[in-house]
Amino acid sequence: MVRSLKKNPFVVNHLLRKIDKLNKKAEKEIIVTWSRASTIIPTMIGHTIAIHNGKEHLPIYITDRMVGHKLGEFAPTLNFRGHAKSDNRSRR
Amino acid sequence: MLYISGARLVADKQVRIASTKIYGIGLKKAIQVRYRLGISGNIKIKELTKYQIDQIEQMIGQDHVVHWELKRGERADIERLISISCYRGIRHQDGSPLRGQRTHTNARTCRKQIRK
Repeated sequence: MVRSLKKNPFVVNHLLRKIDKLNKKAEKEIIVTWSRASTIIPTMIGHTIAIHNGKEHLPIYITDRMVGHKLGEFAPTLNFRGHAKSDNRSRR
Repeated sequence: MLYISGARLVADKQVRIASTKIYGIGLKKAIQVRYRLGISGNIKIKELTKYQIDQIEQMIGQDHVVHWELKRGERADIERLISISCYRGIRHQDGSPLRGQRTHTNARTCRKQIRK
């Protein structure tokens, strides 16, 4: 289901405020956020946003090709390193 | 056998059925092409004149993306997802389902492509 165009893409207000402030000052610093559901909008390009993955914040540099995706897509919540190998020898 | 824009078409089938052999042309587009050229629905591929075949080929070349062009486009879309390393790109690389399906069991369709 596509979001209504009238409402504009969803971005959490406090994140939007922070980015506007940084854009006005033309500064760049890492923005820490928990909002994984926010859409990446063109004003965010060039900033580094540290996105929460449930445990820690992963810093992601936003490029122009990421526009339209959500922030959470770039910080994976699962870190699956394969199954543990079964130890048959130790049992014997 | 007869070739239209790179696909081998079955000679003794109706135009609308036979042209779905072209990758990127389904039933709907096939009917559309046939209708716009004014070819009757009962006519089979082997009964077409050379001029009509040329017309079909031209129309498909103009309006529709088919075959390797379409496949290259699909590949480019996947490559984009991988290059920005978003969730769907990572899942493409792993060969796991992209849209939240279960992976405890099943998930055979997407894993099939790895084995090849």
